[in-house]
Amino acid sequence: MSDRTIDIAVTVNGEEVREAVEARKTLVDFLREDLGLTGSHVGCEHGVCGACTVRVDGVIVRGCLMLAAQCDGARVETIEGVSDAGDIADLQEAFHKRNALQCGFCTPGMLLTAQELLQRGGVPSRETIRHYLSGNYCRCTGYQAIVDAVEAVAEARGTK
Amino acid sequence: MKPAPFAYAKARSLEHAIELLGRHEGRARMLAGGQSLIATLNMRLDAPSLLVDINGIAGLDAIAQRNGQVEIGALTRHVAAERSDVIAAQVPLMAKAMPHIGHPAIRNRGTIGGSIAFADPAAELPACLVALDGEVDIVGPGGRRTVKAGEFFKDLFETALGPQDVLTTIRVPASAPSRRVGFAEFSRRHGDYAMIGLAASATAKGSELADVRLAFFGVGATPVRARRAEAALAAGGVDEAVAALGKDLTPSDDLQATGATKKHLAGVLLRRVAAELMERPT
Repeated sequence: MSDRTIDIAVTVNGEEVREAVEARKTLVDFLREDLGLTGSHVGCEHGVCGACTVRVDGVIVRGCLMLAAQCDGARVETIEGVSDAGDIADLQEAFHKRNALQCGFCTPGMLLTAQELLQRGGVPSRETIRHYLSGNYCRCTGYQAIVDAVEAVAEARGTK
Repeated sequence: MKPAPFAYAKARSLEHAIELLGRHEGRARMLAGGQSLIATLNMRLDAPSLLVDINGIAGLDAIAQRNGQVEIGALTRHVAAERSDVIAAQVPLMAKAMPHIGHPAIRNRGTIGGSIAFADPAAELPACLVALDGEVDIVGPGGRRTVKAGEFFKDLFETALGPQDVLTTIRVPASAPSRRVGFAEFSRRHGDYAMIGLAASATAKGSELADVRLAFFGVGATPVRARRAEAALAAGGVDEAVAALGKDLTPSDDLQATGATKKHLAGVLLRRVAAELMERPT
């Protein structure tokens, strides 16, 4: 089988989706254009900025560097699903409280990346937080407030 | 910034991949982690007619120690290598390099074989392979063959791989008590491609170093061995080794830095890595 249109069955935020997608369509374009999930953003489209970050089978990936066709059988989670599930409510609250966003373009990717680090447990050093978030550009905040927010949530989760 | 149209096929086996790659007269590309390939397609630097997705081929992602060597399946994700106890204990050079490769989301998808096969001149793993005097296994229409690192990287993005060849395994010597390794790089942002970097290995003999291998990256079309500096370092002279880089390396200007800057930085890296090589393991 080789074709320019591929049938896929993919679980997106817990819901089974069946679509015929163009082979060349990236995952993030599929989520935004075909499914209307516009929380994942399209920035650089070559893997540098991190705005398109989504989860595939439990780990964060660049939505612009994976094809929708590759997601047949996969479990995809976007900021909409992770947000609705309430898993990152504390992180979102901390971002809000500390002004860790201004325009919000990077925020969905930033949150998903920070959550993956936080799920490892413990309180990472500020350097570790910076390294983990190094693949996510923010052009508003200067990162300081973002690192503050992630650090605060790590500490708060640790004491729970 | 969208790829030109292409067809997509999932390879069921290595044989199937080789057959699919042969169908489109050199215009088929292999899709592994896709972290370089899809960026290239998005920017339309390449417009293949077929992508052959090898991610579904079983048995290509194992890490195993065998006969004094460590074998890494080509489809091993960077994140798996980063977390592997075998890599940490037996291939410390790769363990040191791993955090510098891309970012977490990239390392979740990117593969070891992909990094080697793509052969970006500023990438970490090709230089590690050269520094460790490793080799790769390749399967193609003519059967299976093994190619040493020194013969694998031919020119800019050009390797010993033919259009229908699939890189299946990376093999490097397992660490030994006398083996020393060092790694350092400069990049503008942590995780970005290096402006310049250095992967090195050596054998400690008393207070001396022997079999010094210095593989610089980001200074030429392929990983570059600094052979005069290697000899100087083996003779015990760090200053002499740094001075020898002037003849060993001829980096050109690129978007990241001028050739002159890179030459200067090469010396800085060499001093750092030499200190690592000379340090007694605790």
